Amino acid sequence: MCPRKRKPPVTPPAANPDGWAGFTRRAFIKTWSAGTLTLAVGHNAMSSETAQPDETLAADEPVQLTLDVNGRPHAVLVEPRWTLLHVLREELGLTAAKSGCERGECGACTVLIDDLPRYACLTLALEAEGRRIETAEGLMDGGQLGQVQASFMKEDGLQCGYCTPGQIMAAEGLLRQNPEPTFDEIRRGMSGNLCRCGAYASIFSAVADAATHRKG
Amino acid sequence: MLTPFAYVRPASLQDAVAALTEGNAHIHAGGTDLLGCLRDEVFGADRLVSLAALGDLAGLRETRDGGLDIGAMTTITDIAAHPLVQRRYPGLAQAAGEVASPQLRNQGTLGGNLCQKPRCWYYRGDFPCLRKGGHKCFAVNGENEYHCIFGGANCFIVHPSDIAPALVSLDAEIETAGPSGGRRLPVSQLHMPPEQDPTRETLLKPGEVIVKVHVPPAPAGLYSSYRKVRTRRSWDFAVAGCALALVMDGDRVRDCRVVLAAAAPIPWRSPETEQVLRGQTLDDAVIRKAAKAAVANARPMTKNAYKIPLFEGMLLEELRKAAQV
Ligand SMILES: Cc1cc2nc3c(=O)[nH]c(=O)nc-3n(C[C@H](O)[C@H](O)[C@H](O)COP(=O)(O)OP(=O)(O)OC[C@H]3O[C@@H](n4cnc5c(N)ncnc54)[C@H](O)[C@@H]3O)c2cc1C
Repeated sequence: MCPRKRKPPVTPPAANPDGWAGFTRRAFIKTWSAGTLTLAVGHNAMSSETAQPDETLAADEPVQLTLDVNGRPHAVLVEPRWTLLHVLREELGLTAAKSGCERGECGACTVLIDDLPRYACLTLALEAEGRRIETAEGLMDGGQLGQVQASFMKEDGLQCGYCTPGQIMAAEGLLRQNPEPTFDEIRRGMSGNLCRCGAYASIFSAVADAATHRKG
Repeated sequence: MLTPFAYVRPASLQDAVAALTEGNAHIHAGGTDLLGCLRDEVFGADRLVSLAALGDLAGLRETRDGGLDIGAMTTITDIAAHPLVQRRYPGLAQAAGEVASPQLRNQGTLGGNLCQKPRCWYYRGDFPCLRKGGHKCFAVNGENEYHCIFGGANCFIVHPSDIAPALVSLDAEIETAGPSGGRRLPVSQLHMPPEQDPTRETLLKPGEVIVKVHVPPAPAGLYSSYRKVRTRRSWDFAVAGCALALVMDGDRVRDCRVVLAAAAPIPWRSPETEQVLRGQTLDDAVIRKAAKAAVANARPMTKNAYKIPLFEGMLLEELRKAAQV
């Protein structure tokens, strides 16, 4: 429909109780934060005001948003129609979550939101504000693979690998909820992630292996 | 990329109702059905009204009468996992647990599940079908293996919800808020029969929001269950399903509701089956007669007659399970 607009990287705003300083690109930058909307006017924070919390964000007006991704706040300008998947991949450069069907059917975009696996392709970035978002990048333990990642390597839980980051996040979410899943619970817990290579048997073994070693 | 829309996240229910009355606004609950429809351009939206800030709309509460209130923004995961639901209304817990995938249950809400759009591939695809304001139903002479065997006067969708049939079987009611106040409505009267209006899925008025669902207290001897048949083990919509709510008096059926899923454009109560069961001892002769009665008036399309033995067999199995309790 609309050509993809690349936004220049946004520097996180300096802490300023009266509004955001440092934005000169637009006359008004709307800042969406913790359910309330504030208007910051240029760098003249004196005249900033708090707008009605239920003020409508215009379709063509990007809004300043802070997303908590892998434990770090990220300031981004987003359009209301942007999905979390788009923002992760195209704005933040976090490309583990994959774009597959874009319709909640394949699971390649699975991320954790407040510890629960969800589809980033069906989540608006605005709706993820104020919540803990985790991607496969966040499972790394320094330079080391996290346990679920290591188990997928060990058990060969993949073939082409495209669905793997989503599989790993679904597994991570499952094990946080249920650290000792039965085989049936693994199969059910992983049922929202399709693998076109059909590596299911080794995916399920990888999840079982991760469960054993997390207990460890 | 989705076509641009404005976005608002009202802080009160009244503001949400007000925001819905302007332009082509749509409620955004979990967004799992809505964003898919917008992506496929099944319909458009000028603005989305997010209910995310309405914390009061999420959660389950036991009511004073011993029933249960479930807020419209409660996630399907939370319904399936709730101990009270599992204990008192296992049919509802089973239905919620059978919905879609873990990710979608974590995000999808009760209100959204009840108001979701049908999955007919002509409706979702590039066909100017009756439901989209066109002149005909393409399923009639097309690929109709997953379409309805009951209630398809002009449009032949099946209602996609697993939860709605379970709620209908439990005599649940919705409570709404709207521009002209709120109302209560049985879930059995929420969905629009296509012969009345094939372009709408529910009887909700413009700007009307489901606030919660009330499930009445479980009568003594209530047996409830939900069975879903699909074409694969991974997530999928039902090919056939049934919600049973039998009020048992020993091995006699005092009262009952039998509601079929994926059978009709709306959750399909089967008075024929209920009539056979009511007042009877649940023995095998009665069970076989009831299962037959369930499909006696079915009107299959060109490619879905397989659903008749499927529904009959499913009811046989489910009623036999009930008889063993
Ligand atoms: C891949 C896939 C598989 C699925 N499989 C199944 C399945 O097996 N069984 C099943 O039952 N469902 C299934 N679904 C549907 C899924 O359960 C719904 O998408 C979900 O329940 C919708 O909830 P939501 O909160 O995301 O709704 P949204 O997408 O936010 O809203 C859906 C619709 O309901 C309206 N709405 C939402 N809340 C309210 C309210 N409180 N009052 C009035 N209107 C409201 C919205 O305006 C919109 O039109 C599947 C969906 C997908 C994408």
